[in-house]
Amino acid sequence: MFKHYFEGIDNVAVGPVISLIIFFVFFILLILWVLKVDEKYIVKMKNMPIEPNSESVSDQN
Amino acid sequence: MEKFSYDNKIVKYFLMASIVFGFVGMLVGLTVALQLYWPQLNFNLQYTTFGRIRPLHTNAVIFAFVGNAMFAGVYYSMQRLLKARLFSDKLSWIHFWGWQLIILAAAITLPLGLSSGKEYAELEWPIDIAIALVWVVFGINMIGTIIKRRERHMYVAIWFYIATFITVAVLHIVNSFAMPVMLFKSYSWYAGVQDALVQWWYGHNAVAFFLTTPFLGIMYYFLPKAANRPVYSYKLSIIHFWSLIFIYIWAGPHHLLYTSLPDWAQSLGVVFSIMLIAPSWGGMLNGLLTLRGAWDRVREDPVLKFMVVAVTAYGMATLEGPLLSLKNVNGIAHFTDWIIAHVHIGGLGWNGFMIFGIAYWMVPKMFGTTLYSRSMANTHFWIATLGIIIYALPMYVAGIVQSLMWKQFSTEGTLVYSFLETVESIKPMYLMRGIGGALYIVGAVFMVVNIIKTMKQGSFIANEEAEAPALEKKKVTGTTHRILESKPVLFTVLTLVAILIGGILELVPTFLVKSNVPTIAAVKPYTPLELHGRDIYIREGCNNCHSQMVRPFRSEVSRYGEYSKAGEFVYDHPFLWGSKRTGPDLHREGIIKSGSSGAIWHYDHMYEPSTTSSGSIMPAYKWLYDQNIDLEMTPKMISALRKVGVPYAEGYEDIANEELEKQAQTIVDELSSKYSIDKDKEIVALIAYLKRLGTDITVK
Repeated sequence: MFKHYFEGIDNVAVGPVISLIIFFVFFILLILWVLKVDEKYIVKMKNMPIEPNSESVSDQN
Repeated sequence: MEKFSYDNKIVKYFLMASIVFGFVGMLVGLTVALQLYWPQLNFNLQYTTFGRIRPLHTNAVIFAFVGNAMFAGVYYSMQRLLKARLFSDKLSWIHFWGWQLIILAAAITLPLGLSSGKEYAELEWPIDIAIALVWVVFGINMIGTIIKRRERHMYVAIWFYIATFITVAVLHIVNSFAMPVMLFKSYSWYAGVQDALVQWWYGHNAVAFFLTTPFLGIMYYFLPKAANRPVYSYKLSIIHFWSLIFIYIWAGPHHLLYTSLPDWAQSLGVVFSIMLIAPSWGGMLNGLLTLRGAWDRVREDPVLKFMVVAVTAYGMATLEGPLLSLKNVNGIAHFTDWIIAHVHIGGLGWNGFMIFGIAYWMVPKMFGTTLYSRSMANTHFWIATLGIIIYALPMYVAGIVQSLMWKQFSTEGTLVYSFLETVESIKPMYLMRGIGGALYIVGAVFMVVNIIKTMKQGSFIANEEAEAPALEKKKVTGTTHRILESKPVLFTVLTLVAILIGGILELVPTFLVKSNVPTIAAVKPYTPLELHGRDIYIREGCNNCHSQMVRPFRSEVSRYGEYSKAGEFVYDHPFLWGSKRTGPDLHREGIIKSGSSGAIWHYDHMYEPSTTSSGSIMPAYKWLYDQNIDLEMTPKMISALRKVGVPYAEGYEDIANEELEKQAQTIVDELSSKYSIDKDKEIVALIAYLKRLGTDITVK
C-alpha cells in the first residue's frame, strides 16, 4: 500500500539510492579514517581520562 | 601553567536531586505496580489513579532521576576532560533550578490530569517551552566550556554529550508542536498516523539520546577511571559513536509494527533496529573489555561491580530491543508486560546501576575521603541485583503467558479466554514484580545512608583546584577527523546533520501521506460532546492501559472487530493508539457496546468496574458522576482543532454547545431505563466518546 503514497512524489526512485550512497560513503570513510589514524593520537586520547594531569592538584598529592 | 578550579558544588546538587527524585519516582513506580494488584490503592482519589500517576512515575524516573544524574556526570567529567571550569556558574545554577522547577511543575500537573496524552511527553505546552529553554541553557554551558577548554582534543565522552544535547533539543521541539487551547491544555499539531510516527520517533530516540548516549559518555569516562585503565579500544569508540547516532534515529517505527503506519516505514524501523546491534554491542564490549586484566578488582570494588552489571544490562537490553523489533517477535510481545520487563532491564540495570556507580565514585572524590562502607555498598549491589531479577522475570512470564492466552483458539475456532481471564492469570506476577521493585528501593536506602556517612566523614571541596597549560593557538594538522574534533561548533553541526538525515528521510514521506492517505469518506470529526469525552479520556490517562489499535491478526479481529485503518485516525489530535494492553483494546468499543445497553454498561462499569467485570483491576471513576463538563471550553476546543486542520465549519463553535446538549440528551435518554443523571456530567461525555469509537466505518 506504500506505493500509493510514493506515486505522488517526483523522482521518488532516487530517494533510496541517495540513502544507500550516504550510508555507504559515510561508513567507508569512517572505517578508512580509523584504519589510517595516527597511533600517537589514539594513545593520547585513550589515556585522557586516566592521565595524571587530568586530575586536580589535590588528586595528584 | 594556568590555575583554575573545578565546580563540584553544581555536581553535588545535581547528584542529590537525582537521588531524592529517584526515590520519589521509584516509590510512585511501586505504587502503580501494586495498584495493578490492589486497584483500591488509589484510595478512591482521582489524583492517584494509575492512569494519572503512571506518567508521573515515568517522567520522574526519566527526567528527574536519570536526568539530574546525567547532568551531574556530564558536568563532573566534562570539566576534567576539557581541563576547564564550567563556562558560567550563573548558567549552571539557572540550569539546576530551572530543571528542578520543571520537575515540580510535572509533579503538580500530572496528578491533576493536565496531560498532552503523548507518552513520555505528557507535560503541557508551557512546561514544554520551559524544558526547551533550560535545555538550551545546558547546551550553551556545555559548548561554552568546550570552547574555553585547555585540552585541544575532545575525548569521545564529550562527543556523546554533544550528540545528547543536539538530538534531545530537536526531538523535544518537533514532538511538542501543539495548538494551545488554554494554559495547560493543547492538541497535538499532528494527527493519527503522523502523530504516531512523530511520537515514536521521539519516544524511541528519547531512550537513545536521553537514557543511552549521555550514559555511554559517562561510561567512557568513569569506567576507565574506576578501573584505572584506558578504554579497551579508542578506535572502536569512534566507530561506536558515529554508527550509533547515525543508525539510532531511524529505528522509531519499530514501536508501531502491525499498526496502521505505512508498511515501508515499519520495515525501515525493523532494518535499522537490527543494524543497531552492531554499535550497541561494540560499545558494550568496549566497556567490558576495558576491565581485561582487572577483573580481580571487580570482586572488591562496588563501583566496578555496579558498572559491570550496568554495561551487561545495556548489552542485554540492546540485543533484546532489535529482537523485539522483528515483526514475528513483536506480534507476541507488543502490548504486553514483556515490554515492561525490557524497559526495566534498561532503566534499573543500565541507568540505575550507572548512576549508583558514579555516585559511589564521585561523592568520596568530592569530599576528599573514601567511601564510608564498602560492605554496605556491596549489600546495596546484591539487593538491587536481586530486585532487578525478581522484577523482570515475572514480567517476562506475564507478557508471554498473557499474549499466548490472547491468541489461543479452541478447536471450534473461537477464542478460549476472555480478556479478564488473561488478566487474572498474571495477577500473581504483578505482585512479585512489586516485591522486586521494593527490593530495589531498599537497596537504594543503603546507598543514601552510605553516602550521608561518607559526606560526614569528609569535607566538601566546592572548588577543586587544578592547573593546566593554556591552549596554544596553533593550527591542527593531520587527518580530517582530527581537525574536525578540535572544532567543537563544526562538530556539533555535523552531529546535527547525522541525526537529521534519518529524521527527515523518515518523517517527510509520512507528512506527504496527508494528501495521499486513503481517506474514508465516512470518517467525520468528533462531535463537541465526544471531544469533551476524549479530553476526559486523555486526562484520566486511559491510553496508559487501553490501546486503540486493532492489529490485523485473526485473534484480534475475533476479539475486537475489524482491524484499524490509517484513514480512521485523521482527526485524532493526539493519536491514542497506546502501547500497552493492561485492559482490552477500545478502538471498536462503539461497535462492541452499542445502543442503550452499551451506554448502561459503561455507566455501571465506570462507576464500579467489578460490577460488570468481576476481578477487574481497573479503578472506579466515581468523580465523573459529580463533575460537570466545562461548556465554556467547547468553542475554544473547536477553534484550536480547526487551526490544526480538522474541518469544522466556520461559526460551528457558536452552535457547538447546542449540539453538545442535544447529543447529551440522547445519552441521558439511553440511560433513563435504569439511571437518571444530569446531562452535563462528565460521564455522559465519556460514554458518548466510547460509543463513537471505531464506528465510522460501519454502514449506517
